[in-house]
Amino acid sequence: MIVELGHFALVLALAVSVAQMAVPALGAHRRDIRLMRVGEPAALLQFALVVFAFGALTYAFVVSDFSVKLVYDNSHSMKPMIFKVSGVWGNHEGSMLLWVLILALFGAMVSFFGKNLPDTLRARVLAVQASIAVAFLLFIVFTSNPFERLDPAPFEGRGLNPILQDRALAFHPPWLYAGYVGFSMTFSFAVAALMEGRVDASWARWVRPWTLAAWLSLTIGIAMGSWWAYYTLGWGGFWFWDPVENASLMPWIAGTALLHSAIVAEKRGALKSWTILLAILAFSLSLLGTFLVRSGVLTSVHAFAVDPARGSVILGILIFFVGGSLSLYAWRAPTLKTEGIFAPISREGALLVNNMLLSAATASVFIGTLYPLLLDALADMKITVGPPFFNYTFVPIFVPLLCLVPLGPLLGWKRADVKAAAERLLVAAGLAFIALLASVALFYEGPWLAPFGMALAVWLVAGALSEIAWRVKLFSTPLSESWARARRQPRAVWGTALAHGGLGIVVAGIIGVTAWSEELITTLAAGESADIAGYRLTLDGVGLRDGPNFDAMVGLVRVRKDDELVATLMPEKRRFSAERQEKTEPAIRTNGFSDLYVVLGEQAGDGKWVVRAYYNRLAPLIWFGGSFMALGGLISLMDRRLRVGAPTAARAHLRASAAE
Amino acid sequence: MRRLLASLALSLALVTPAVALVDPAERLADPVQEERARNISKNLRCMVCQNQSIDDSDAELAGDLRAVVRDRIKAGDTDEEVYDYVVARYGDFVLMTPRFGPATWLLWLGPALVLLIGGAVVLLVIRRHRTRPLVTDLSPAEEARLARLLEDDKNSHGLH
Repeated sequence: MIVELGHFALVLALAVSVAQMAVPALGAHRRDIRLMRVGEPAALLQFALVVFAFGALTYAFVVSDFSVKLVYDNSHSMKPMIFKVSGVWGNHEGSMLLWVLILALFGAMVSFFGKNLPDTLRARVLAVQASIAVAFLLFIVFTSNPFERLDPAPFEGRGLNPILQDRALAFHPPWLYAGYVGFSMTFSFAVAALMEGRVDASWARWVRPWTLAAWLSLTIGIAMGSWWAYYTLGWGGFWFWDPVENASLMPWIAGTALLHSAIVAEKRGALKSWTILLAILAFSLSLLGTFLVRSGVLTSVHAFAVDPARGSVILGILIFFVGGSLSLYAWRAPTLKTEGIFAPISREGALLVNNMLLSAATASVFIGTLYPLLLDALADMKITVGPPFFNYTFVPIFVPLLCLVPLGPLLGWKRADVKAAAERLLVAAGLAFIALLASVALFYEGPWLAPFGMALAVWLVAGALSEIAWRVKLFSTPLSESWARARRQPRAVWGTALAHGGLGIVVAGIIGVTAWSEELITTLAAGESADIAGYRLTLDGVGLRDGPNFDAMVGLVRVRKDDELVATLMPEKRRFSAERQEKTEPAIRTNGFSDLYVVLGEQAGDGKWVVRAYYNRLAPLIWFGGSFMALGGLISLMDRRLRVGAPTAARAHLRASAAE
Repeated sequence: MRRLLASLALSLALVTPAVALVDPAERLADPVQEERARNISKNLRCMVCQNQSIDDSDAELAGDLRAVVRDRIKAGDTDEEVYDYVVARYGDFVLMTPRFGPATWLLWLGPALVLLIGGAVVLLVIRRHRTRPLVTDLSPAEEARLARLLEDDKNSHGLH
């Protein structure tokens, strides 16, 4: 019964979003405030209905109601509760429902926090947001119904892919989707602004928090996914330039560009039209990601095919929104007046270069991801575009960008003194040079480019610290004065420094793990030992262990350094009987800077076990740095100025509350 | 099963979970040759996997191809000859790094082209906006706007 109510709520949500799409847009057109005001309650109601539908599906998974086809296909009564819940979105139908849930959540947030938006802008934003909801709700209701029943109901479910039964992966999709769908908000603002034919500083100020929220969620989602790949896939890789990964990277880079161009639009009134275009592109790339992953075009070499009808419907949605918004842009953008003077050496000049490089980086990922698909479709030629392509194209574009990152925040608006800015970075440059020398001394046998990468990483971190030091006048005034200045700094300044410094930490991690890791592949009988990176690994034995829904072969590996026991690692090979699949669980010992990573392989013919071990230098920094970046986004999001909104809006709000 | 795999695609990196990779027994005795074999293996795609190199894959076919690579190296082939040998049998699809040719010109040069166009646009924007105030005087409305902008800037001193 609850399942049927959920289905009913979903259909109702569709009806409500049709109203939310049509009525406020009509109201904005006719300047009829009563029609415009329909948008807010409609957005809240739509959200409530989708929450109910999502709750109903979650309930079916929690109680293991196998009469629901989706539960039967993706769950099992023996599965731990956390994975019963994450199973809701570990499949096509449920993940699309999650997509729509987050979409509705953002719409509800505009209706909740957007009281100070001009009426017509708010009405149009909610209408555009609802049009996306209509498209995806139609898609779910007609091609991907998650509430389909089975009669007779089976006694047991078929289980969830063991790979998805993982704590980090369980919450990776919600974050990723919050990022993808978060860009729908900036998209709606962009399209609404084009309809209004007006973009001012306050528009850019309203768009920034939504961009930040989406960017920060996407950062967390991507970092979680890469962390999962690192500790699950069993050879310590963290990024594979896989098309599915690229699908999430493209909106992230475009979103990063948008985050920066919106600052110029807000502070200098320039790059408005470009900011609108970026907002459209960031969401288009999110839709493209959804299409690539959901339609099955990327998995055509695999032995399974996703329902082609679904693929063509998503392609239709993609073409409608991307084509529609770009046409609107081509039609209306020339009417947007751009102001502002651009000096080449200025904060806005630096941000312009930032945007140019980020766009080119996005383009290299875009070309590398889609080229093989197009070549196959148009010329029937099959090629592979693997990681080396991106090393040759993406990296050379990204490295100059990284070099410029510390300089940007030190340049003033309008006309900057580049010499003064460079002087403030002298210490950072010195530290980077020391890092270069130290890396050469420590790893002179490693790849020759790696020390330069390390210098770049230190340059980024030290550059971020230099900016803070300069702003609080560290050492040039008494410490108490610096402390007082530090407390007065807007949160966005701290957020920027954290995000830019975090980027440097990520770079250090990537350089360390790719250039300086060690590898050991050997076979060991019980009692035998092998050495890696100064550690002696001894396989004490291999035993059996029963898990909740699997059984596992467990290797007992003692780790000694200078004959002293430092750790006992237990890598596993798990066998999931319900799903009839195997999964390797590496054992990792970390000291925060390096990981000792041990994998138990197959039993060889002579009864010995294949043991693989890696010493991954600086690997944990990748995710520490990622967390810093996300934290920087969060702190910026809490900046008072974003909460207050634009000054004109604040006045309008005051008037409104005085009238009440 | 189809759904399970489809849902897996939702996650990052669709890769076979189990690992075997290089079996110690496969390795060549000569460490220099083995190093070359590993590097070549990292650049060859496993045909039945999702975007995995044969060095990373535990699929049977990947193991066979690793053996082929090592056989060719033992027979005295250069790296280029090994690649040619494999491509002649499996097509360009096996190469992780696509070869530069008419079909891939746009692929390899595309990013540089975008960078050039982007650079040109940036130069244009800066030139146009730098010269404009020299040729046109500000209208009163623009002057007022400028004053407001400056005021705005003063209020938000030290921001982005």
